[in-house]
Amino acid sequence: MSVKIKHYPGEEIETQDFREGKVLFESFKPKAKYAWSAGIAISRFLEELKNGRILASTCSKCKRIMVPPRIYCEKCFKPTDGWTYVKDTGTINTFSVSFIAADASRLKEPIVVAIINLDGASEGMGIVHWLNEYGDWREIKIGMRVKAVWKPPEERVGAITDIKYFKPIKE
Amino acid sequence: MFGKKRVAIVGAGVTLFRRNLKETGKELAYHAAKMALEQAGMELHDIQSVVVGSAPDAFDGVHMKGEYLADGAGAYHKPYMRVFVGGATGVFAPLAGWWHVASGKFDTCLVVCEEKMSSCYPHPQYAFTTIFDPILERPIGMNLIWIFALEMNRYMHKHNIKKEDIALVSVKNKRNALDNPIAQLAANITVEDVLNSEIMAWPVQRLDVSPTSDGAAAVVLVSEDVAKEVTDNPVWIDGVGWCIDSTHWTNRDLYYPDYVEYAARMAYKMAGIKNPPKEIDVAEPYDPFDYKELHHMEGLLLCKKGEAPKLTREGVTQRDGDLPVCPSGGLLGVGNPISAAGLMKVCEIFWQLRGEAGKRQVPGDPRTGVAQAWGDLMQYSSVIVLRR
Ligand SMILES: [Zn+2]
Repeated sequence: MSVKIKHYPGEEIETQDFREGKVLFESFKPKAKYAWSAGIAISRFLEELKNGRILASTCSKCKRIMVPPRIYCEKCFKPTDGWTYVKDTGTINTFSVSFIAADASRLKEPIVVAIINLDGASEGMGIVHWLNEYGDWREIKIGMRVKAVWKPPEERVGAITDIKYFKPIKE
Repeated sequence: MFGKKRVAIVGAGVTLFRRNLKETGKELAYHAAKMALEQAGMELHDIQSVVVGSAPDAFDGVHMKGEYLADGAGAYHKPYMRVFVGGATGVFAPLAGWWHVASGKFDTCLVVCEEKMSSCYPHPQYAFTTIFDPILERPIGMNLIWIFALEMNRYMHKHNIKKEDIALVSVKNKRNALDNPIAQLAANITVEDVLNSEIMAWPVQRLDVSPTSDGAAAVVLVSEDVAKEVTDNPVWIDGVGWCIDSTHWTNRDLYYPDYVEYAARMAYKMAGIKNPPKEIDVAEPYDPFDYKELHHMEGLLLCKKGEAPKLTREGVTQRDGDLPVCPSGGLLGVGNPISAAGLMKVCEIFWQLRGEAGKRQVPGDPRTGVAQAWGDLMQYSSVIVLRR
């Protein structure tokens, strides 16, 4: 983008040129699948979700109560040295009302996603989850109080989705 | 002086930025690299080392993208590396080039950034779903638009910022891009157009967002000795900074990017800049979304926290304002081939400081400029200070 440059290379084509066979191309769809061990800290966290409890880890040096839990404190760079439960209630730190899916296609009904600062955890320790039973999405506000809605115990498998979503509560 | 040698940029090149380009990534890299060399009056045999920057392999569907791009980037039989720090790659690549030369190991380094997002379909957005934690975040369906929307909402809430003020950034940058010959989305739009565009993930709407793009950019870095031989107009890399924040992004307050401030302070300290708004004449902060320009102006200490919307409203950041911001048209107007977009910002500052920006030239004979890029999980920033 200099006055000394008169021509910028690049030959523009359209997405439909692929469909209409106007450009030559190859395509490929990967078939690899993955399975991840949840690890030391998060396996314990998921086990406790099955029991309807939210587990945090604690660091005796910086005194933080951390959720999601971890086996090391990234600030003090030492092992965490305790486990504790935090509540399944909290405050909306921020939220978004999404009208698009992960592949950018349009959704009929919006998905609301929020960072929820859980009661009992250190200041600002949030987790990300869905929000539901909110009525009109325009009424959702940062600072609103919310509570987890759990799957029935027999349906829990040890996954973050053992919490179905969070819903606003009046206190 | 930092390092053994002072480092200058002596040439820059870019391709068109477009939603789809027929050229392969290698071909785009070649065009940008060749243009940068020609502008520097140099040949590939003058180049002693090569750095390539390119963002997630998933866009191209080609693993080992560094190796894939090597020939096109001019790396044949040369010391070579690819760097990748998410969206921050485009400004990080010239930082890596800087240390190649500043260390005294090489006198010249060719830095090339390429992105080809169009290969991934139905939408490259989907490639971003695999950047999230597989156990706790992917089952929720996390995607990139969502985390931007979460951050934007938090920023708006904390400072009570109106969407109207944020939309002004999109209006400004798309208009600036009208004077940019490589721009993909140059347009004269209004605040109402932005506010009436379709909601993607509230508060993010269609015209708050930069497009997906194909494109490449390149710069030639040389030591002071070589700079004196090849040009009367070197642009010096006087400050470099980079920093990462915690990957526990739900444990951070997203209203302010501390890590941008840390990277900026590192670069300013090196450049001897004590009062950034006064001493910086032109800025290219990373603007993949309109609110990000504001967020990054604050992180770059170009204004106080929460003050960037006011400066924008008052016209301070217009091309003829006191502090021109994104005179190139930014990612919102020029396009966003991730790493190439970041390096395009460095190219723009280079051309602005050399007085070669034509219709985009900011007034007042600018001497000092800053470019910045941002990426990973809202946690990485790279900052470069250039001076003539
Ligand atoms: Zn600690």
